[in-house]
Amino acid sequence: MMTSEADVSTALARRGISRRQLVKFCSAMLGTLALPDRYLAQVVQAVGKAKKPVLLWLQFQDCAGCSESMIRSSHPDVAEVVLDLLSWEYHEVIMAGSGKQAEAVLERVVNEDKGKYLAVVEGAIPTGEGFCTIGGRNALEIAEKVCRNAAATIAVGACAFDGGLVRSAPNPTGALGVHEALPGLKVMNMAGCPHNPANTAAALVHYLTFNDLPALDQYNRPLFAYGRIIHDQCERRAHYDAGRFVTDWGDEGHRKGWCLYKMGCKGPAATFNCPVVGWNDHTSWPVRAGHGCIACASPRFWDHMSPFYDRLPSVPGFGVEVTAGEIGLGLVGATALGVTAHGLIQMIKPAPKPAPPESGAAQTRKEN
Amino acid sequence: MARLVVDPVTRIEGHLRIEAQVDGGKISDAWSAGTMFRGIELILQKRDPREAWIWAQRICGVCTMVHALASVRAVEDALQIEVPENARIVRDLIAGSQLVQDHVIHFYHLHALDWVDVTLALKADPAKTSQLAQSISDYEKSSAVYFKGVQDRVKALVESGQLSLFTSGYWGHPAYHLPPEANLLAVAHYLEALAWQRDFIRLHAVLGGKNPHPQTFLVGGMSTAMDPNEPFAVINPERIGFLRELVRGARKFVEQVYIPDVLAVAGFYKDWFALGGGVGNFLSYGDYSSINQNDASTNLFPRGVVLGRDLTKVHPLDPAQITEAVSHAWYEYSDGDKPKHPYDGETNPKYSGPKPPYEFLDVDKKYSWLKSPRYQGLPMEVGPLARMVVGYAAGQKDIKAAVDGVLKHFNAPATVLFSTLGRVAARAIESQLMADRLEQWVDQLDSNLAHGKVAICNTTKWDPSTWPASSRGFGWHEAPRGSLGHWVEIEGKAIKNYQAVVPTTWNAGPRDAQGQRGPYEASLINTPVADPNRPLEILRTIHSFDPCLACAVHVVDAQGRDYSVLKAG
Repeated sequence: MMTSEADVSTALARRGISRRQLVKFCSAMLGTLALPDRYLAQVVQAVGKAKKPVLLWLQFQDCAGCSESMIRSSHPDVAEVVLDLLSWEYHEVIMAGSGKQAEAVLERVVNEDKGKYLAVVEGAIPTGEGFCTIGGRNALEIAEKVCRNAAATIAVGACAFDGGLVRSAPNPTGALGVHEALPGLKVMNMAGCPHNPANTAAALVHYLTFNDLPALDQYNRPLFAYGRIIHDQCERRAHYDAGRFVTDWGDEGHRKGWCLYKMGCKGPAATFNCPVVGWNDHTSWPVRAGHGCIACASPRFWDHMSPFYDRLPSVPGFGVEVTAGEIGLGLVGATALGVTAHGLIQMIKPAPKPAPPESGAAQTRKEN
Repeated sequence: MARLVVDPVTRIEGHLRIEAQVDGGKISDAWSAGTMFRGIELILQKRDPREAWIWAQRICGVCTMVHALASVRAVEDALQIEVPENARIVRDLIAGSQLVQDHVIHFYHLHALDWVDVTLALKADPAKTSQLAQSISDYEKSSAVYFKGVQDRVKALVESGQLSLFTSGYWGHPAYHLPPEANLLAVAHYLEALAWQRDFIRLHAVLGGKNPHPQTFLVGGMSTAMDPNEPFAVINPERIGFLRELVRGARKFVEQVYIPDVLAVAGFYKDWFALGGGVGNFLSYGDYSSINQNDASTNLFPRGVVLGRDLTKVHPLDPAQITEAVSHAWYEYSDGDKPKHPYDGETNPKYSGPKPPYEFLDVDKKYSWLKSPRYQGLPMEVGPLARMVVGYAAGQKDIKAAVDGVLKHFNAPATVLFSTLGRVAARAIESQLMADRLEQWVDQLDSNLAHGKVAICNTTKWDPSTWPASSRGFGWHEAPRGSLGHWVEIEGKAIKNYQAVVPTTWNAGPRDAQGQRGPYEASLINTPVADPNRPLEILRTIHSFDPCLACAVHVVDAQGRDYSVLKAG
């Protein structure tokens, strides 16, 4: 049911937001989501609803980097996200209450708001006994209860996506990503180490607007953020095409901003939108800061994309118009299948979803 | 007698559980337990030491970058690489800005709600709040209209019935003492600080590509290429201008918002200068040298140890005296319970706690995933208070002047430092010292750039074929939460063993075989608990340490294999 213009304004006023602020924010969201302007009214209406949807943010085997990343959100402003846009009721890093009071929030929301709230998971989920307990309960038990009763679950960061670093060889704790720990659950994966808050905020707004998740790829990552190859969007791309490479840290090419491919950059094998949205309010991203990409939004990147300073197997000439699938084929044809190439195939090959690489990382690691 | 459990302890990093025995309204004994681990040191084995920092950095995303720095320093120590001056300065700028940003976030977003009742802000008079604000600071956002706007926002939140982050707070608890106006002021600055931390950390994006987890460290230097004439150089005159703008903004925020707020809030809670004392031993590795990282004499934070609250003597620090015990931690050593130096460390985990879901831990046995680090067999507190105590005792003039200034403000003797509020004050004091220092580093970079001094990375040992057959090194850093050490052994081209002893392990670790409590446990003794159902007082003291549990618990070897056969000498 559509709300009237007056209702929206009243609801906004109650939250201390002017309509102008809201429209500005919603326009920025349309930009990130690549939606046409005609959706603006719909976004404004959805965001201005009288009752804010409840969000529960769970942390398991995490480093809290994704929480920190979230509070760096600029558009919308972090306070707008956690206070105005949503009712951010459980998030151990910043919530007011501890212990019983914290546990009571989960209990209440799961019971009273069943099927309506959003669940966010940060960190991997261990399958071994005693590796992660909160309030004396296992992480898996909490995840089952909270995520299975949510309207939607969002996995933020590499660890919640596919186990991330925690699951890297030899995976000492039997860690898994959310969609593997909770089979059959519909999860949207905001991969990355950490996730980029610009993308997560945009995905949240998409959900609030259309009551549905944005279009996802075979790894259930939103296409708007993970659909394009870093190399194709890179500001250093012209140097690659012209054969101008950094060959030593601090050399002339490095000072002039040439291509980092020979220093191990994984940009040609990585999909993410860093070159376009940047980090920390569009300030920069790792390649601009002189270091190669580590492909942190790619499946099992820790094991499949390392050693990070080893050069990718040769990347034959391809243009910006080539699709992810074609690049995958090109690489497969051209490379002696090292660890990295194995990772590439896993990542780019179209596969029935969800398609986490199941090969044990231990077998694919170089033992040098 | 009642056993109190706080789990999860929130507004910290990671998973911490506190159990406390309460007798007659006071805590008579306490146990601190880390309840999660991952095993990053084990995962690091056999990997390229040049990229160890990328992995180790993920030990923590709150104190992001601190493990990257300790890691590159450890590998550089092992391979005997000296980094160019520019790299040292860029690292200090990244680490120093991390310290300031982290401390501000800690005060407003992790600690303030233990002292500030958000709902009482509704009863404040905006005009009186404006007067209060102007009486303690020149910060320009201090009008009655501004405070009315903040109050309206809080009112809207309360009236909506959806309090969001504030849903589960201890509002109305008898231990809250601030007048309504101070509550409103603090809530306003909670929101200001939320926006400020995000904007200031753009410094990490410039020098690190992103935050959290900046990505520009290199063994040998940094990837932030410098050139006075290149628009695409990471550091050029335009970027210097931006960095200068950011560090000046930080200095202003610390000076005009953070420091006045800490002094004002502490003034209403002076009884907390007598609570939360802890073990009384303090350790600092020292850091932020203005000349050479290996020359501790020019450190902003001096190196040393203070024992038994004796401010008349600073003992020299010898890293060889550090050990870790596992008598109450879920690990086993192959040869009994004798504590081990990190170079000889073993990390064979064996969970022997109660089967989840459980109500209480068996604290007579093993009860935590944290080991118990000791120096000369003694528990040590590390962190801002330790740094200020060691610096004060050592007579470091900036630290002495700043600490004396705060003591004078409260008309109190130096002994009040050994307390819950002493930690809060120490954190604010060192934020100011660091904020003052940041611009000097930007100036040094600027000067080097102008003189064409652009070396940023020593790559003579980049190629692994130049490395010795085996080597080992120690890397340290005074991170926001305290003394951080990484120990690495390299064999061939790969890591053979990796050990980290981190600040929160020092502070939050369990008892040792002698029954000596860790700093968290010791600091809770005699803390009053007005309402056992709402243990606000426990949070005050635990939060004063700024816990970071992801850092503290990361060691595991699930196969029970001995990965760390590494003999000293």
